[in-house]
Amino acid sequence: MHWVHATAFCILLGSGLCLYLPSLAEAVNRRPLLKSIHLYTAASWAGALLLIFVLGDRRSLLRTAREVDRLDPNGRMNRGQQLNTIVTAAFAILFAITGFLLWYGERDTRFRFASTLLVHDWLMYVSFVLFLGHLYYALILPSTRHSLSGMTRGWVREDWAKRRHPGWVAALRRND
Amino acid sequence: MSDAADRHYGRGAFLLLLGGGLSSLAWGTKASGVLSPLTSAFSQLVGNIFPVGGWRIYTISGSMPIFDPKTWRLEIGGLVKKPRSFTYDELLALPRAHQVNDFHCVTGWTVRNVRWSGVRFSHLLDQVEPLPQAKAIRFVSLEQPYNDSLSLGQLHLLDVMLALEMDGEPLTRPHGSPARVVIPEMYGYKGVKWLTRIEMVAHQPTGYWEGLGYDQNAWVGRSNGYTT
Repeated sequence: MHWVHATAFCILLGSGLCLYLPSLAEAVNRRPLLKSIHLYTAASWAGALLLIFVLGDRRSLLRTAREVDRLDPNGRMNRGQQLNTIVTAAFAILFAITGFLLWYGERDTRFRFASTLLVHDWLMYVSFVLFLGHLYYALILPSTRHSLSGMTRGWVREDWAKRRHPGWVAALRRND
Repeated sequence: MSDAADRHYGRGAFLLLLGGGLSSLAWGTKASGVLSPLTSAFSQLVGNIFPVGGWRIYTISGSMPIFDPKTWRLEIGGLVKKPRSFTYDELLALPRAHQVNDFHCVTGWTVRNVRWSGVRFSHLLDQVEPLPQAKAIRFVSLEQPYNDSLSLGQLHLLDVMLALEMDGEPLTRPHGSPARVVIPEMYGYKGVKWLTRIEMVAHQPTGYWEGLGYDQNAWVGRSNGYTT
C-alpha cells in the first residue's frame, strides 16, 4: 500500500510538474507523452489499490484503519503519522476525483468546472509539503529515521520501538 | 477504554477533509480570488519555479514548433486581392500597438496584467486587401493541426492583436514565438500560437478545440458552461 502510493505519487508529481511548469514544459517538450504517463499512472495506481484491497491482507488493512479511526495512542503509528494517513487517504480520493474531472471535462463540457484545476493544484502543493516532511522524518532526522526500516523491511528494532512507540510495544506485549 | 474505542476521530477528520475538498470545487475560485494578493506576491518571490497565478503551457502535438527567423513566414491568403507573405522583420516594421490585459484560460486559470505588444489586424489586412465576400479569418499554427478562427466583427474588437512581444520581450517558444493571436475577451484557446498562415474565408470554420466540443465564441465568463 505504502509503496504503491509512493511510486505513483513520484511519477504523477514528476509528469504533472512537467505538464504544468512553463520552464519544465519547455525543457521536456513532450506533452502528449507526459499526459499519457500521467493518465496511465493514475489509472494503474487506482487499479493497484483495488487489487490490494481484493487480494491483500484485508485484516491488517482494517486493523490499521481502526487504529487511525480512533487515533489510538497505543497504536503502531503515532498521532502525527495517523493524521498523515488520514490526510493522504482523503487527498488520494480528491486527487482522483479532480483528476478525473480534468480528463473528462475535456470530453464533456458539462463536467468542466472553473475550480477543478485550482483544487488539483492546491492538493499538489499541500501533498508536496507533506511529502518533504515525510522524507525528512524517514531519511534525515536521526531520532526518527530508523522508521524507514519499518517501511522497507517491515520491522523495527525493539529498543527503538520502546523509545518511540512505548504504548504500541506495551499493547503488543499484552496480546502475546 | 471502550469509550475511547467508540470515538471515530479518524473517519470524522477524513470525511471533513473529503467534504471540504469536494465543496471547494464550488468555492475554490472565490477563495483564491481573496487570497490572490498573497499568492501572487509569493509567486513573484519564487518566480517561475512556483507557478501560482502563472502560465501553464498547453500543446497538442509532440513538441513545440521552433522559430527560425530565416525560414519563418506569415502567409496571408484566401479571399484577398493581394496574397503575400511576411518575414519576421517585415512584421516588426509594421505600426506597433501596446496593451495590458488579463489572460483567461478555459480550464480556470488567469494571468493578470499581461503586457502585449504587436500589430493590429487592420494594419496587416490593409496590405492584402480582403475581398468583400470575406466574412471570417482563419489562423493556422505551425503546431499541426491547431487552428482557430474569428468573425470579422470579433477581429476588430478593441484589443485584438497579432502579438509579437509579451511583457517587454519577444514571444518565447512556450508562448508561441514569433507571433500569436491575442483576443482578451475570449478564452486562450482562440489565441492561436506559433502562427504561420492567415486565411480570409466566407464562412467561419470549426477550429481545433471547437471540434472537441468547445464553443466557437469563447467569450470569457459566458461560454463553455461559464456564467458570470
